[in-house]
Amino acid sequence: MTKDELIAKLKTIVQPYIQDEAAFDNLSEDTDFINDLKINSANLVDVILDVEDEFDIRIENDDMEKMISVKAAMGIVNEKLAEK
Amino acid sequence: MTEQQIIALLPYQEPFLFVDGLSAFSAEGITGHYTFQKNAYFYKGHFKNNPITPGVILTECMAQIGLVCLGIYMLKDELSDHTNPQIALTSSQVDFFLPVYPGEKVTVVSEKELFRFNKLKCKVKLFNENGDLVCRGRISGMIKA
Repeated sequence: MTKDELIAKLKTIVQPYIQDEAAFDNLSEDTDFINDLKINSANLVDVILDVEDEFDIRIENDDMEKMISVKAAMGIVNEKLAEK
Repeated sequence: MTEQQIIALLPYQEPFLFVDGLSAFSAEGITGHYTFQKNAYFYKGHFKNNPITPGVILTECMAQIGLVCLGIYMLKDELSDHTNPQIALTSSQVDFFLPVYPGEKVTVVSEKELFRFNKLKCKVKLFNENGDLVCRGRISGMIKA
């Protein structure tokens, strides 16, 4: 999967939970889920569960705490996919 | 963890405590009950000369028993007797079928759908004393020690 494909998949996953439309339209690797997209803590859990389903991976508590931006999410997804 | 310990750890008190007792609880779900006091403050205004329990209060009762009491039980290994858990309601979707009048006893039955990363999501039903379904829905919250 290319970087752009991965970003596109993540963008689709976060869409139902975002509050800030402008930040969503300009989503990039540097977008922060909480500060930019204004996703709340419960919906951040939903994002993570949807990421697990989409990529068929299991995310642990330690990973969850790090998963606060598009870049961090990409790193964790790639790491988990490589372990498979 | 006992029923009394769970109730003692609830971060509510009168006039906003809507849990009298818990008859069953496990990691999968919880059942509890509450009797609405005839002189509860909200009956003065809901409605004028026609007291009916507000839907938001029924939702609160469902959340306190179905989500918070269950969440406390889930966190039993992390909570001590003197620290209230930190809680936040994050979503509720409830359908209502019957009214609840002052003095009625209701039973809340909650089934865990998900508990991960401190998010607890439950399918919750509230029944009246005849066993009729009053309301049901899905409620989610964040809970941690």
